[in-house]
Amino acid sequence: MQKGKGMKFVGDSRIKVGPKQTIPKDYSEYPGRTEPFWPNFLLKEWLVGAVFLIGFLCLVAAHPSPLEIKADPNTSGYIPLPDWYFLFLYELLKYEFAAAEYVVIGTIGIPGLAFGALLLAPFLDSKPGRRPTQRPIAVILMLLAVVSVFWLTYESASAVNWEERAEYSVSNMTEVEVDKDHAGYEVYANNCMSCHGDSLQGVPGMAPDLVDLPYDAAAIKDIAQNGIGEMPADMFTGSDEELNQLADFIMTASGGEAAEGEGEGSDSEDSSEGEDSAE
Amino acid sequence: MLNKIYDWIDERLDVTPIWRDIADHEVPEHVNPAHHFSAFVYCFGGLTFFVVVIQILSGMFLTMYYVPDIENAWESVRYLQTEVAHGQIVRGMHHWGASVVIVMIFLHTLRVFFQGAYKKPRELNWVVGVLLFFVILGLGFTGYLLPWDNKAFFATQVGLEIAESVPFIGTEIKTLLAGDPTIVGAQTLTRFFAIHVFFLPAVLFGLLAAHFIMIRRQGISGPL
Ligand code: HEM
Repeated sequence: MQKGKGMKFVGDSRIKVGPKQTIPKDYSEYPGRTEPFWPNFLLKEWLVGAVFLIGFLCLVAAHPSPLEIKADPNTSGYIPLPDWYFLFLYELLKYEFAAAEYVVIGTIGIPGLAFGALLLAPFLDSKPGRRPTQRPIAVILMLLAVVSVFWLTYESASAVNWEERAEYSVSNMTEVEVDKDHAGYEVYANNCMSCHGDSLQGVPGMAPDLVDLPYDAAAIKDIAQNGIGEMPADMFTGSDEELNQLADFIMTASGGEAAEGEGEGSDSEDSSEGEDSAE
Repeated sequence: MLNKIYDWIDERLDVTPIWRDIADHEVPEHVNPAHHFSAFVYCFGGLTFFVVVIQILSGMFLTMYYVPDIENAWESVRYLQTEVAHGQIVRGMHHWGASVVIVMIFLHTLRVFFQGAYKKPRELNWVVGVLLFFVILGLGFTGYLLPWDNKAFFATQVGLEIAESVPFIGTEIKTLLAGDPTIVGAQTLTRFFAIHVFFLPAVLFGLLAAHFIMIRRQGISGPL
């Protein structure tokens, strides 16, 4: 072997013995200041890569990736949203000529034509001239396609209510540790959980969380029985005893006003009982 | 020491020509940003590859925590992001990398297109490139479902409906992807996981190899 440091593979068919050109054709076709790829150019590329990586890591550090609440097929009124780079396809389906009975035009027809043309571009635009001015049709079609993709993406993204969507984000979800052994937990589970979530965290589009409430126990009991705002009355059904347990559970778990005064969780039952008799 | 080991291996296997074959070529002036700043457009292909490598590495680490079933997928992602040291960075790299790779591949495609670099003899490499583009989009689509959060679930439902609208074989395509003609559920997540981490990466590697071998054989296109 000419290039290797050691032995020849005599009689071995895998690698031909004899002078073998491993250096490809030189670039005399493009006269100018050529530079060896290894190691000169690679060192510069490495620098570009490092700068790119730093920029990328800044992006990653500045914006934690989003996560919404766990998938729940029953979430009512949730508007589906694909990742941003699919928005232009999604937007296409909103046009009348590409929706309802014509939806095939929007899902397969137009994208199929566009991407099919992209795939076959070298055969559709097969004359030898490479300069954009030598192939005006191809260039104009591509420019139109790029403008449409940008436009459709913009239209689609600007129609999204980002604030409303943020409600589904986990980072906006209130974190609560609930004490499942608390006497009131069972009452909560039976009466309130379906709307306010399994740990008082609320359900987007349904009901708010029950954390840091500006109410005292009496007001909570009143709301449970008589409703407030959009919450209808009579959501709570049960005995007074249970109502007390419920109010205490919500106050302690959510760290409301009363909880601070009352100190430890579940053995504060008597005190809320006292409150009740005062009413 | 390293040199000795290298020589020992080289003496037996003659590895030098293998890597020399990749390393020894000249970089022409017109693609070198050190000479013409505008030549930075030639970086987009390499940067696309760089982000693909980031995706592969971060993805490998993600699978050390991710659990592909509908009971645990979301919890595992949340756990990774909130409890695991640097978990947020690993998921962040994979999440943002998925977007950046699209941007880079788009810029690379535009560079090749407007320079007419797909013309003879590079037609096949362009076709391989567009197939790479489709594979990357497929990775984006299947990866979106994996965290199993609300946006994942509902977007995938719509995506599968679009697949279903294909004439004649729509339902079959949907069933193949989702595991069921109507339900988006446990089967769907498992299939998307398999497609995302095994099927599409395998195709991606094959296409990338073809892309790079062709570039190496044909050399970069000349100046306009
Ligand atoms: C994962 C995706 C891709 C990777 C990693 C990749 C990588 C590369 C690299 C490193 C080059 C060398 C020149 C340069 O950097 O500009 C290149 C050239 C090329 N790419 Fe790609 N590419 C990808 C996708 C595509 C796509 C989507 C297309 C077309 C639609 C494409 C078409 C081409 C062609 C025709 C060349 C030769 C250009 C010339 O000789 O001037 N590639 N690719």
